[in-house]
Amino acid sequence: MSDIVLGVENASVMEERPFAISSNKLVMWLFIISDAATFGAFLFVYGYLRNATPDWPAPFQSASIVNALIMSFILITSSLTMLMGVRAARSNNKSSALRWILVTVGAGLLFAILHLREWLGLIGDGLGMSHNPWGSGLFGASFFSITGLHLTHVIGGVIALTVVALGYKRGRYGSDDIEVWSLYWHFVDLVWMFVVPLVYLLNIAH
Amino acid sequence: MTGQEKQVGSMTTYLIVYVFIMAIAVVQVVFAYQMGPQLPFMLLLAMIQATLAVLFFMHLHRERSTLVLALIPAILFVLFMMNMIWSDSFRLLTMRPFLK
Repeated sequence: MSDIVLGVENASVMEERPFAISSNKLVMWLFIISDAATFGAFLFVYGYLRNATPDWPAPFQSASIVNALIMSFILITSSLTMLMGVRAARSNNKSSALRWILVTVGAGLLFAILHLREWLGLIGDGLGMSHNPWGSGLFGASFFSITGLHLTHVIGGVIALTVVALGYKRGRYGSDDIEVWSLYWHFVDLVWMFVVPLVYLLNIAH
Repeated sequence: MTGQEKQVGSMTTYLIVYVFIMAIAVVQVVFAYQMGPQLPFMLLLAMIQATLAVLFFMHLHRERSTLVLALIPAILFVLFMMNMIWSDSFRLLTMRPFLK
């Protein structure tokens, strides 16, 4: 029996990639899809609790809604700056790519700070994981779970983008790596598009 | 359009999508105050935002259709199946002590 050795020289006889993208990018897409199911489950559980609880609170004052809108503006804008970073990296404009990625990282940090400020304000008003002065205690647990999971993703993205940007500067990572992590960042933005209406806008204090 | 722009997308397109997504975010807030909690409408606007982000920001519209078919129907199916919980969530409100 003869051994079959597969290598770069055999690439011409091998089947082409079914999705015509790199393995890194495919893995990131698969992660995003599974993460979308996780966030979906969190939001469905939130919806279940909201439906099934008669005294579900509506605690968000105008200041919180304005804060959420500012956070949306920051996160959506950071997606645009990330796109500019990818474009610059594709054009081999290293300094411009680094600048745009660091702007994205800065926007992510600003988002996290505003989010923590929002949390501290609500905690100061009496919101806890199992109690609050407005109604069902389940609200705090679900609110902190959903926004906490999202905030964890934002902080993870900030760390990942910083590592990739520094690696790109040193030549360890290429433009493909930046594009792969830009997918993650856009996904974090995408999740926020559902969190704002479902968690904040459906619970405005009147 | 240059070859580079074809590869990574036109900046004009990105800006239009960005403005559109931001506009929807503002419309959501305005409608939340004007109309009160309207879940279907809010969800529809969020889905439009998400679709734009996936297609243009994440470049899915330029990927091979096999990738789209491998990813999107699977997640939509999972999210669709999660909807079976709603009848139970409403049922709880018709039980004691909440039954009126």
